[in-house]
This record gives sequence, C-alpha cells and structure tokens, in this order.
Amino acid sequence: MKKPAIESSDDRPVKTRWVPHGITWFILRRVLLGIATLFIISLIVFGATQALPGDAARAILGREATPQKLAAVRKQLNLNRPVTDQYREWLGGIVTGDFGRSLANQLPVSSFLGNRIVNSGFLVLLSAVISIPLSLLIGSLGALWRDRPFDTVTSIINLALAALPEFVIGVGLILLFATSVFQFLPAVSLISPDTPVWEELEFIVLPALTLILAVTPYISRIMRGSMIEVLESDYVEMARLKGLRERLVISRHALPNGIIPAIQVTALQLAYLAGGVVVIEFVFTFPGIGQALVDAVAKRDLPIIQSLSMLIAGVYVVLNLLADVATILISPRLRTSLR
Amino acid sequence: MLEVENLRVELTYSSADIVDEISFHIVAGEVLGLVGESGSGKSTIGLALLGHQRRGARVAGGEVRLEGDNILTWSPGRLRKLRGGVVSYVPQDPSASLNPALRIGKQLEETLEAHAYGGSSKARHDRIDEMMSEVLLPADREFLQRYPHQLSGGQLQRVALAMAFACRPKVIVLDEPTTALDVTTQSHVLGTVRDLCVAHGVAALYVTHDLAVVASVADRLAVMYAGRMVELGPKEQLFKSAAHPYTKRLIQAVPDISGRFELVGIPGRAPPPGHRPEGCFFAPRCEFADDKARREFPGVTHVSESHQVRCWHAEEVFAEAARARGLRKDGSGRDEQDKGLLAVRGLQAYYRSRHVLHDVNIEVWPRQCVAVVGESGSGKTTLARCVVGLHREFSGEVLLRGKALETSARSRDQQSRRQIQYIFQSPYSSLNPRKTIGQIIAQPLRLFSDLGRRDAEARTIEALERVSLSGAYLSRYPDQLSGGERQRVAIARALAAQPSLLVCDEVTSALDVSVQAAIVELLGELQRDLGLGLLFITHNLALIRTIAQEVAVMADGRIVEAGPVASVLDSPQADYTKKLLSDTPSLTTV
Repeated sequence: MKKPAIESSDDRPVKTRWVPHGITWFILRRVLLGIATLFIISLIVFGATQALPGDAARAILGREATPQKLAAVRKQLNLNRPVTDQYREWLGGIVTGDFGRSLANQLPVSSFLGNRIVNSGFLVLLSAVISIPLSLLIGSLGALWRDRPFDTVTSIINLALAALPEFVIGVGLILLFATSVFQFLPAVSLISPDTPVWEELEFIVLPALTLILAVTPYISRIMRGSMIEVLESDYVEMARLKGLRERLVISRHALPNGIIPAIQVTALQLAYLAGGVVVIEFVFTFPGIGQALVDAVAKRDLPIIQSLSMLIAGVYVVLNLLADVATILISPRLRTSLR
Repeated sequence: MLEVENLRVELTYSSADIVDEISFHIVAGEVLGLVGESGSGKSTIGLALLGHQRRGARVAGGEVRLEGDNILTWSPGRLRKLRGGVVSYVPQDPSASLNPALRIGKQLEETLEAHAYGGSSKARHDRIDEMMSEVLLPADREFLQRYPHQLSGGQLQRVALAMAFACRPKVIVLDEPTTALDVTTQSHVLGTVRDLCVAHGVAALYVTHDLAVVASVADRLAVMYAGRMVELGPKEQLFKSAAHPYTKRLIQAVPDISGRFELVGIPGRAPPPGHRPEGCFFAPRCEFADDKARREFPGVTHVSESHQVRCWHAEEVFAEAARARGLRKDGSGRDEQDKGLLAVRGLQAYYRSRHVLHDVNIEVWPRQCVAVVGESGSGKTTLARCVVGLHREFSGEVLLRGKALETSARSRDQQSRRQIQYIFQSPYSSLNPRKTIGQIIAQPLRLFSDLGRRDAEARTIEALERVSLSGAYLSRYPDQLSGGERQRVAIARALAAQPSLLVCDEVTSALDVSVQAAIVELLGELQRDLGLGLLFITHNLALIRTIAQEVAVMADGRIVEAGPVASVLDSPQADYTKKLLSDTPSLTTV
C-alpha cells in the first residue's frame, strides 16, 4: 500500500541554494576588516608614541638630553613636522616595507629584525607543529577515556601547567635540564642573531618545550570538553545504534565535529604564542623578536617597538582570519549559509 | 519474534532501578505502543532492545530474546552487527541525530556498508533509491548530496526512517519519532511507519508520550509509570475500559479534536529513580489508593487473555466502564461592554526581502482566547513577535486598546510593554538558570513598578500562588523544577507585570500531555478570573477547542480561515483547514 508522493508545505527544503562565491566574498570581507583593524591599531601605536611626556625625543634621550642631541633626534624622527604628516609618513613607510632606522644602532629596522623574525617564527612554528597535534590527541583521548586514569592524570597536569606563568615553566625547565638536576641542554641560547637557529638545534629545545607546555593545556582542555559533548550527542549515539564500527564512529562522526571549537582556541593560542614568545625569549636570551623588543624598550628605540607591535598585531589578525575560514570550511551549515 | 522478560535497568552509581519487572513480546508485523510520561523509563526499554544503555545506566537482570536468543549476553562485536541490521532505531529528533557535517546520502550508505548489505556499491545505491521512494523522498543525487540542515523536519525524519528500514531489520524501535513535527507532517510520517511495518513484517516498538499519536499507529499498548509497566493490552480495550487508574487519567488528559471533553491534568509528578515510594508507585496520585496499595506493589492481574494490569483495584477501575469524560464548561465569552484589547490590522511582515505575513487581521478581546493555528513556517510565530515588538520589519497597525503601538518594543512606552507579556515555547531555555525563581518573577516588578521590597515579595508570592506553586519555590533554581513547574514560573513571571494580554507561543509543546492539560487548565482559569486576553499560538489543533473561543488558521503567511472555534472546527470552509483537521490524530477514531 503506497501513497503517492505528497508535497506538503513542510516537505519543501529549507535552504538548498549553494552559493558558489560565498566563501570568496566572505574571505574578501574579512581581509578588508583585518586591514581596518590594523589601521586602527596603527593609530593606537602611533598615538601612544605621541602621548609620551614632553615629546618622543625627550623620552628617548632621558637624562642625556642636551639641546643638540634633542634637535638631532627630533630631526631623525621628523618630530618638527605636524602630527598628521608624521603619521602619514610613518604609515606610508610601513606599507611600502620601510620601517625606519633603529635609534640604537642606526641600522634599518627591516634588516635589524629580519633574522630575528625568522628565528622567532621558527620557534613558534616548531612549538605549534608539536603542540597542536599533541593537544588534540590528549584532548580526544581524555574524552574517550573519560574519568579513567589517563584522563585524570592528563587533566591534573594540564591544570597545573595552565596555572603556571610560562616564565616559571621556563625557569623550571632550566633548573631541571640545564643546571641543577641534569646538565645536557644549554640554559641560554648564546647564538648570534645572524645564525639561523636551525643550525644550532640544541639551543631551541628548551624555549620550544616551554612554549609547548604553555599552550598544550588550553587546546587539550577545549578539545576534551568539545569531544565529550560530541560523544554524548544524539548523532554519535545514532551512529553506534546504526551498527557502525567504533573506529568509524570516532573518526567520521565525532572528531570532525569535535575539532571545530578547538580551531578557534588554537588560533588564539598561536597568536598568544607570537606575543608570549617575548617573555620566553628573554628567559632564554633567545635571539628573536622578543629579545629585540625587550632591548628596544630598555633603550627606548621607538621605531623597533612600533614595528614589532604592528607585526604582532598582524599575526593576531591573520591567525583569526585563518581560523574563521577553517571553521567555515569544515562546518557545512556555516558554509552553505554564506551568501 | 521479540520477547522481553523481567528486564531491570538500573543507575550505575546508586543501583536504583530505572525500570524493573518489564515483560512483553512483539510479533512480526505488529506495532506495540509504549506510552508514558518523560522519565517513566520508556526510552530505556527501547534502547535495551538494541543492547544499548545510556551513560550511567546498566542492565541488572532479565532477558531480551530475539528469536529465542538473549541478546543481553552477546559480545560487543555481535551486538554491533545486530544494531541497525536486525534491530534498528528511529530517533526522537532527527535534526540532532543526523551528523550535521555529513551528507545524508553518505549517512544512509554507511549504514548499509556497516552491515555489508548488498554486494556492491551499485547494489547499495539501488537500495538507497528504493528506500527513499518508500519514504516518499526524492532519490536523486542532488537530494542525497544535501546536509541535514538543508532538509525540513519532516524530510529528516523520513531520512531516519529510510535509514532504519535500509537493512531490512526484523525489529524496529521508534523513539517518539514525531514529537518534533507538526500535525500534517506527523500524519504522513505515521502513515509511512505503519505501511512499512506491515509491508515488511517488522515488529515495532513505538515509544511515545502522545496517546493520540499511538492510537493511530499501534495495535497494542503498554503503559509505563515510574519504571513499571502498569498496563498492557489491545488499544481498543485500553481506550474503552482501562483497568489502571493511571491509564484512565492519561486518556482524560489528552485534548480531543472534537472538544467534547474537559481536559483533566494529573496533579503531582511521577517519582524518579531512587525516590520511588513503598507500595504502588502511583498510590500518592491515585484516587483508588488504600493502605494495601501503599504497602505493596501489585502483581500482574489478567483482565482478559490479552489485557493485563498491575493494580489492586483493577476490577473496580475496569468495571467503572469508561467513565464519561466530564463535559466541558464553556469558557466565558466576551462581555459586550469590554473594549477591544488587541487589534492587528493589515499586518505585512518581512524577513529581509522575504514577505512572510500578508495582510493579517486579528482581534483579541478581554477574557477571550484567540488561537492561531498553523504548521511550522506558516508565520504564526512571526505574528506573535510583531505583536510584542520583537520583530520590527512590518507595516500595518498593532493597536492596544485602540492605541497604535510602535513597531519595536524598545520604542514602546512602559505601560504598553507591561500590558503585553510573552510566554516562550520552551521553559527550559526561557528561565535564567543562574537566578532563583523569586528573582526571575521579581524581574518585571523592578521594570514596571516601584514597589518596596516587602510589597514586591508579596506580589511575587501572589503570582506564584496564582499558578499553583507555593512560596517555597522562591529560593529554588530553574533546574530543580520539572518542565511543567518551569512553565508555571514563566507564566507567573508574566503575571507579575499585571498584563492584560498574554501571548503564548507553543507554550505546551515541550511538555508531557498530563502537564500540558494542567497548563491549559491554568491558562483558562487566568483568562476567566483575571479577565486576560490570550493570543495562543499552537500547531496542535486538538488543544484549541479546550482553550480558545476564536481561532485563526494560518498558512503561508495568510489567515485562510477565522471564526468561532466551534464553527471553524465543525464546518471548516477552507480546504487547508479541512486537511489539517483530517490529519490530526484523535482517540475517538480508535
């Protein structure tokens, strides 16, 4: 006994149209927004310089300020010109890749920072490549073996690590591996900024390990939480009740959905790494941007400080953009609702 | 085909029983309806037929025999092959039970693959096409390429049905598969379920809290109360002469489309696992309860060969042949001197560029309940949102006591905001879980009055008592309350503002029937005693006769028919209304 196919109003699809250029348009819009964000940040960074007591030259020279030196610095920084001109010139420089000269050593900022950026980038990338898969794995296993010994132990370690500031972790690692307990790794990275760090790998072990330990707890906690939620979801239960093998239930039904919240946190953590690297590099005297930033602040080297602030802000914007795009690409509901 | 004997499932930690002493059988081609309120353990039994327990539950005894073989002793590997292959499952809410990140074609296919059904990929695709046409869905590639969110609720449930029948199972467990659907879709899905079960000789367990639904699909009924099966028999017998007082009350709590009967709620609530009393679990709510019933849980008595019951007073109850359901007292109509409370004139509403309401006109008078009925997507909720000022993209007039209102609630004055109060569909999400009941109800008082602390508290308690809750609830939190109690709190919150119009958006659809009946009773009382006007949005046609005086039927953003409830329901003019009426399941058609 079959009924003819009935098209009731409810049987009409809610939304079917696949918009081919939705994602391109979305990315374009987000890139424009990112540029706008960076523009606002540039205003803040520049404005902060203007807000120094007296003027930038006086702040830079401090007690050494003699009328001649003041005049020289003012000339170099264009401080004699109207504020808007100064900003336009500075911004124009950044856009065309000219970041000015360092006040401390008169080198162009780009050549002074170039190697250091590469070094820090390598450190962050290495930490990320290890910590992201590791924390996704720990989080997923913790969820699968919820309340079993593995989960309890990793949870306690994660919470303990999350509670420690990263420089404490760094100092702890130095005590453990480089000085008091064992001595098989160097405590400080005594390499010249001009040597690429991958040629001296033993110097990068401890800084990278510190960053990994600082980031892994957050991502794995989020992954664990979101996997637990997904494993309790109706569709995972349904997948089991359909008779799918457990391996398939996890890999096809649970993981792809569980990973979505973790993506956003991963991006935030990576961006945090880009900033957090400052403290770690200082602890290990690692020749990267962090070290350079700390030095620049001590020497009131304004062009370097401004350039690095813009760089770190840029990393934040780009990573968040990437995370949003990735989230949209792997969740069909979001992908198809773009128009 | 399938036999369950003395099944006991308990909580892992406390060993308190979720269900116990459950015995029944289902033969091939038969549909057994398993009826009970939420928390009665009916889903637990359904899942046990697949050898599955939810987290925190375990089987502690009894057998589930499939053709004589007890599946509860099977290894995980053997159970996996059973699930989806021999015994399959249709979930309650397919929008949550289908993976949002997988195309539906893939989800159908993997079921077949898991059971190595069909030798080749070609054979599996043919089987999918066959199943899609059996559940009246298109089987073309484009459709199978869709993701769950691109389908309507009815289509999703059909996909779930196709999935369940795909491997030609012998037993199928349907866990409230139509609760999330509106009546028209529900009736199509029910028809499909019945046809498929009969055509393929499948033994089906249909789990539901909705007696009217089960009446149209099941052959026999089993009634669950607090983890025990209290009555089991052919459905005609149960409806005609139930032998358990609970069954009897449950039947009385079902709103009927003919509206000849008064709705009677069942006061109190079923005891949860670990808090079940000595003696008969229903005794505290039962009019027949005596000392014996309070001491000892009754054993199984056979009323007839196929009809069994667990009640000390079964004969009395049974003999008191289907006590006529009380005839309804008619709600007081409008008083001539009352001024019109709410008038909606020429309302056109839009979502962005989509035109969702077309020239809608509605009037509500004090002491009057106007029901707005329609399927999901008909625009009834948009209408409610325009009235309260939550939806701003509309033109036309909304008049409160003859005074035109601004489109947005924010730009309306305090008086008119106070006078119109909105009650949401789900009491689970409309109450702030971090506030006590007292704080929740006092919220509108802070907004709309400058009462002192003591007066405010008095008003709060008054509002609570008005909805039959005591002052003891003041310091509790929403998650300590049942669904019905929460909805009462939501109503009390609305009442605290001393409104003249309540807009009720599907306020009972998240609730059990016995609770639904009690909430409807309460709203009727408020309407009579406080002279409130009610705009009652619902998709449940059967409810409106018991609460509303006027009804407007909506379809595709237009009012297709409006008028007094009796005349619209007894002699519908619009084809659409006729179709809605014929699709509504009813106990009296049994």
